[in-house]
Amino acid sequence: MAQHAETLNSPRWHLRRASWPDLAATVLVLGMLIVVGSGAHQMAAPLATAPPRISLSPAALPYYTLQTTMRMFIAITVSLAFTFVYATLAAKSRRAEVILIPLLDVLQSVPVLGYLSFTALFFISAFPGRALGPELAAIFAIFTSQAWNMAFSLYQSLRTVPRDLDDAGRSLRFSAWQRFWRVEVPFALPGLVWNTMMSMSAGWFFVVASEAITVDGLNIRLPGVGSYVAEAIRQHDLAAVGWAILAMSAAILCYDQLVFRPLVAWSGRFQVPAQPAARGPRSWVLEIFQRSHLLQQLTRRVATGLQDAGRARLSLPARVHAAGKRLAASRLTEALWYGLLCGSLVYILVRSVGFARIALSWSDVVAAARGGALTLLRVIVLVAVATVVWVPVGIVIGLRPKLTRMIQPAAQFLAAFPANLLFPLAVFFVVRMHLAPAVWLSPLMILGAQWYILFNVIAGASAFPQDLREAAASLRIRGWRWWRDVMLPGILPYYVTGAITASGGAWNASIVSEVVRWGPTELTAGGLGAYIARMTEAGNLPRAALGIAVMAILVIAMNQLLWRPLYAFSERRMRLD
Amino acid sequence: MNTPAGRPLIELRQVCMDFAKPSGTTLPVLADIDLALRSREILGILGRSGAGKSTLLRIAAGLERPTSGQVYHGAAPLTGPAEGIAVVFQTFALFPWMTVIENVEAGLDVFALPRSERRQRAEAAIDLIGLDGFQDAYPRELSGGMRQRVGFARAIVTGSPILLMDEPFSALDVLTAETLRSDFIDLWLEHEIPTNSVMLVTHNIEEAVLMCDRVVILSSNPGRVAAEIAVPLPHPRNRLDDAFRAIVEDIYASLTSRAIASLTAPAAYRGGLALVLPRASVNQMSGFVETLAGPPYHGRSRLGEIARVLGLQVDDLFPVAEALHLLEFAELKDGAVRLTTAGRLFGHGGTEERKRLFKEHLIEFVPLAAHIRRVLDERGEHRAPRVRFESELEDHLIRRDVERTLRVVTGWARYAELFAYDDRARLFRI
Repeated sequence: MAQHAETLNSPRWHLRRASWPDLAATVLVLGMLIVVGSGAHQMAAPLATAPPRISLSPAALPYYTLQTTMRMFIAITVSLAFTFVYATLAAKSRRAEVILIPLLDVLQSVPVLGYLSFTALFFISAFPGRALGPELAAIFAIFTSQAWNMAFSLYQSLRTVPRDLDDAGRSLRFSAWQRFWRVEVPFALPGLVWNTMMSMSAGWFFVVASEAITVDGLNIRLPGVGSYVAEAIRQHDLAAVGWAILAMSAAILCYDQLVFRPLVAWSGRFQVPAQPAARGPRSWVLEIFQRSHLLQQLTRRVATGLQDAGRARLSLPARVHAAGKRLAASRLTEALWYGLLCGSLVYILVRSVGFARIALSWSDVVAAARGGALTLLRVIVLVAVATVVWVPVGIVIGLRPKLTRMIQPAAQFLAAFPANLLFPLAVFFVVRMHLAPAVWLSPLMILGAQWYILFNVIAGASAFPQDLREAAASLRIRGWRWWRDVMLPGILPYYVTGAITASGGAWNASIVSEVVRWGPTELTAGGLGAYIARMTEAGNLPRAALGIAVMAILVIAMNQLLWRPLYAFSERRMRLD
Repeated sequence: MNTPAGRPLIELRQVCMDFAKPSGTTLPVLADIDLALRSREILGILGRSGAGKSTLLRIAAGLERPTSGQVYHGAAPLTGPAEGIAVVFQTFALFPWMTVIENVEAGLDVFALPRSERRQRAEAAIDLIGLDGFQDAYPRELSGGMRQRVGFARAIVTGSPILLMDEPFSALDVLTAETLRSDFIDLWLEHEIPTNSVMLVTHNIEEAVLMCDRVVILSSNPGRVAAEIAVPLPHPRNRLDDAFRAIVEDIYASLTSRAIASLTAPAAYRGGLALVLPRASVNQMSGFVETLAGPPYHGRSRLGEIARVLGLQVDDLFPVAEALHLLEFAELKDGAVRLTTAGRLFGHGGTEERKRLFKEHLIEFVPLAAHIRRVLDERGEHRAPRVRFESELEDHLIRRDVERTLRVVTGWARYAELFAYDDRARLFRI
């Protein structure tokens, strides 16, 4: 199925070999983090605004859910706009590419929830005394959880337009504008839609987390499901948590059925190589839409208008075009550009070291590193446990097409469901049973992320070649040998894909799951996530920045040292040619 | 469009094309190509894979700039895709998100016509090319033949007098390809399409003789014009005509002499190792030898003849024939192939006999195989990393040929049980 291929090729899991620009980008991003973190501290103080009162009545929930959904919608629109600008720039300009792509790689590895507090302070100080500041901060947080992934998808598609289609466009003398809208964007669409959907599912987690945050004693509450749950936790109202879970599920289902299913089904027509018409995902909404005469006529005008816009030539006058090319090709421009890059790199490096020397000591680094080791251990153990549980289950499901059709959407739904809504239930349980938080809070990290392993393994198993299965059956390969020699190697690339996402999700979740509350009770599991959360709440932003930097480095290291080699290995083993 | 007599529609002068390799050096793909497409002709460009045929066509289409040399479109130098030149692609290159008529209309995008005129001209082209009734279908709903018709319609709707075709029929089944060829020739002969002249890239010898007025044969690595053969036969042509067969065999003979030249070129023998081995498997060689050894050939055949019987294209036939020639199981000469005594023994022998023969010949006639075996023998543990031989070959060959040569020699040596190779450890051993 097309979707499975996309899951696999999706840029979120694309792991490039690190090179020197990656190192530069890492320094750039982490240095910025320290600088901003240290600078943000000063502007926090005079900004206290009275947070809105959050009602726990179930009747208020539809309104809150709508607010949350709207935030998601705005964020996805912004992400799309960003994607088109950023990815196009990176794909079209070699010079921009040198910095933009490594930058994306690093940005992807920085835990969104870590810098949420800085950006919140920034936006609040930009719009003092108004709700707009926190709103923008929340939208920005969702945006950062989606945009990198989507930009990667578009960039990769733009760079891999099949040569024959590109040739056809050029030999028909399409202008640059026509090529972009009539060849490149249509080709990129299926990947982009699929990635937007995946980003959206990741986004729910962050919208919930960003609606209720505490920075430096400042309580920020935005009307939405996230703050509803935060309020329920404060008042230890378990029923309200249940209502919130229900409302969120309804919202996610609606989004899926009304927006993304139709989009995915529709984008199937852009799939290259074109598939037989009968296959591919279907959507009842799209079918209703396509059968309705009235709707068709309404949209035809828009569609024709858009097509004509894509057909317009809009080419620059030849002289301007040539002059631009000459300028771009000149040595001087090249030197200026790289000079600028190196200069800003050095500047950031110097500034961040300067800030860090004032605000941080070596003991802070040791504390953060120790926390990092603990959280790293948790991530590894949890991914391993999730693997042992979900790989066999996924294979069993994936080999049964009927079961797959039933379970796969559920697994995708569970992956999208913001696990942080479920935290109160688990915390309630841990408190009641007097369990050790350092151990029993850990599973929260993988609560939402484990589903990525499940649904990727299901996808892998259902894509497993029928003839190989039959060959194994006729050779009477059974039991352990069947798992070891037949099935596990077959799904390995899919599993790695899922595991990369799961571990990334676990890192992110650690920031909200290593310190949790239930009413007045606070449970701490220790670790890097707890370190970042505590430092943020205490307003110790340089230390928070340090924690985030350490986490980003750990994520990058894990990707480069574990996942990338494993993925390369599994791909090499699976290839026949 | 009327061109003054004598002035070619497209002319390539001293065109060379090098591709940059990651290592920084360059790989010559085309060298010193002089070529002219004249008015009212179908010019065939024939060569084996790797001869740079498609690159040549892309240069003529303005899709690629040559490294050196000039390309003229009429009197003016060609600097990019130009008005009056249309291309038909091997893979059809239809936009999957457009319907048939939208794909054809895409050919008119450059003119920015009003909608009604655009539609009308597209409809006319669709009519002409026999696509009526398929306007609103998506390419994925069409068979390969119908898809390529859309490709033709899109090229023709532009009104271009020059049509460049890159193996347009090679992705189609035999019957469909035949229909499309004759349909196109009919339209062209009857002046029903605006096409004046055609440049047709192909690796199918019969197709070239069937369609073209002139066939230019390219040699490989780098591609050079090796020969030019005129096809002065009237349409419709019959494949079984003696004149037709004679031209086919002429082309085979020309390709054979090229092949032998490349196997015996003194430059290829630096130390005996740096010979690019033809990509043929032992299975293919065995099948070929068995057929040739049996009746009615009894060890000797013209290449065109046996290729037709076995249904082999140039790219399948020549590597096998070359490999047999290299191993001295057969001899290639003047477009004919003849088994040697060893070849006859090989053809009639059992498995063990064949393996023994193959091993002997491999050691004797493929210096690289003998060299690897000698190195393995000399080493105490009888192992040697692949990279050792890679770097040795890379002094003389380009990366791609090194890969291919090592792959081929590994396959042959495995069959002969001369040495083994462990791909995980990337290690040769005995």
